Amino acid sequence: MSRAAALLLVLLALLAAFPAFASSYLLSVVTLILFFAYAGQAWNVMMGFAGQLSLGHSLYVGVGAYAAAILFTRYGIGPWAGVWVSIGVCALLGAAIGFLAFRFGISGVYFALLTIAFAEFTRIGFDHLAITGGPGGLFLKVSQRDSWDLLNLRGPPEMFYYVILALAAGAFLLCRALLGSRAGYYWRAIRENEEAAQALGINTFRWKLLAVMLSAAMTSVAGVFNAFYYNNLFPEQIFHISRSIEIILGPVIGGVGTLFGPVIGAALLTSLADAITEALAALGWEVPGVKQVFYGFVLFAVVMFLPNGIWPAIARRLGVSR
Amino acid sequence: MSLLRAQSLTKSFRGLKAVSEASFEAPEGGIVALIGPNGAGKTTCFNMIAGVFAPDSGRIVFADKEIQGQRADQVCAAGVGRTFQIVKPFAGLSVLDNVMVGSFLREKTESGARRVALEVLAKLRLEPKASQPASALTLPDRKRLEVARALATRPRLLLLDEVMAGLRPTECDEMVAVFRELNRADGLTILLIEHVMRAVMALAQSIVVLHHGEIIARGAPAEVVRNPAVLECYLGEETEV
Repeated sequence: MSRAAALLLVLLALLAAFPAFASSYLLSVVTLILFFAYAGQAWNVMMGFAGQLSLGHSLYVGVGAYAAAILFTRYGIGPWAGVWVSIGVCALLGAAIGFLAFRFGISGVYFALLTIAFAEFTRIGFDHLAITGGPGGLFLKVSQRDSWDLLNLRGPPEMFYYVILALAAGAFLLCRALLGSRAGYYWRAIRENEEAAQALGINTFRWKLLAVMLSAAMTSVAGVFNAFYYNNLFPEQIFHISRSIEIILGPVIGGVGTLFGPVIGAALLTSLADAITEALAALGWEVPGVKQVFYGFVLFAVVMFLPNGIWPAIARRLGVSR
Repeated sequence: MSLLRAQSLTKSFRGLKAVSEASFEAPEGGIVALIGPNGAGKTTCFNMIAGVFAPDSGRIVFADKEIQGQRADQVCAAGVGRTFQIVKPFAGLSVLDNVMVGSFLREKTESGARRVALEVLAKLRLEPKASQPASALTLPDRKRLEVARALATRPRLLLLDEVMAGLRPTECDEMVAVFRELNRADGLTILLIEHVMRAVMALAQSIVVLHHGEIIARGAPAEVVRNPAVLECYLGEETEV
């Protein structure tokens, strides 16, 4: 067994045992970390692997969340069926955006702007749709049950913790398998030099489209989790560009294109930002926006001192592969 | 039998004729050199064959199928491998991974792609550097990597765009030996653009000379290098001293 695999197993065992001795506050923090680790992993497929920068991933979180929530609240269709609708809708949405961009040769910064535009006008659109509840929001019935109703995703925080842990671990394994497969090689080739990739027989249009669709589909599942965990959805919140930024900060700080990057980045950012907020609150200071300022400083430091992210630097020290 | 036939290829860029009515062939199993001064239209010919852009007019027949206007990846899948004059390594990937990107075209599994890539690396004597990042390679090694990647796609026709430029004479001779071996053992057809005449004379069975987008001479190497029109465009007119 490689050192990376051993490290991973230890981490997974610790996380599995975590709810047994953690307070409910700590549990909620780690749930959030795992959420961003999962969403960051999904974003990483597009940017880290295939080199296509999306600054509008809140689009897929939001649409995924609303699709499953509407099916659940209005039609009584449970999340395990609804999630497939979310996946399908978001994959199609990703395909539409990717098709538009790649067919007309939009790349780099302009592609990123296009992803923002789609997220923004979906936010505005959802504010004016009756079925989404508009700006007043969409609410799922809160049930303070002690029993696990996994079928309807109604239950205590521990249940949500294990769901997102399974998702994060699954996404990690999926990405690991992808990187070792033809898709992973082709995506990285496209990221490094698209013209050379095409000259080696790679249909770059198709593979880029596939990356966007997969990333969108994975992100939509984060949206479904979001809907059932928080039980309320507001277009102004879930589609907001700051949500897109929050998703990408983890992998950017942890290491774009690496497997551990999104996990480490999410863990560091979320835990430290929460610790700072809590510490300030304990001192009696309410400082709105302190989290964002902290994100800014961390980003600044990483760009200055570890431009490849934190994980590649740790990996070198540990002597494990990236 | 010709593996590649280019017929009356014409390409203009903003009214400037880069290639005009150029026709040439590469026989199956042959080695043909495309030479000419800078700006003669050699790389434009390559780009039309490789599917970077379509010719304005003319036909390109590869293995009895017309391929003009196809995309670069389709042309590669049909069996045409190419190198770039300005090397384009996947800088962030290892040398082995670079070559595996090529070998995945015919090998769908990772182990298969790795095996083919290692074979190709051995042929080009790049095996000791397999795990290095491509960005760490010297220019001669980057040129070899270009060739290795193209070879990994298992082409029937290999287009080499100035792979000898910048190599020392001994390195150049090594490359020549590699291409000879590929040509002899695997029956690989090679069309090369080259300024290094040492390599052209050692490799080519026939030479096509382009000048200002038009073919001014063709034939066996020994004849072409004595052709007055060729000497004139390369060296200027001969005068008695």
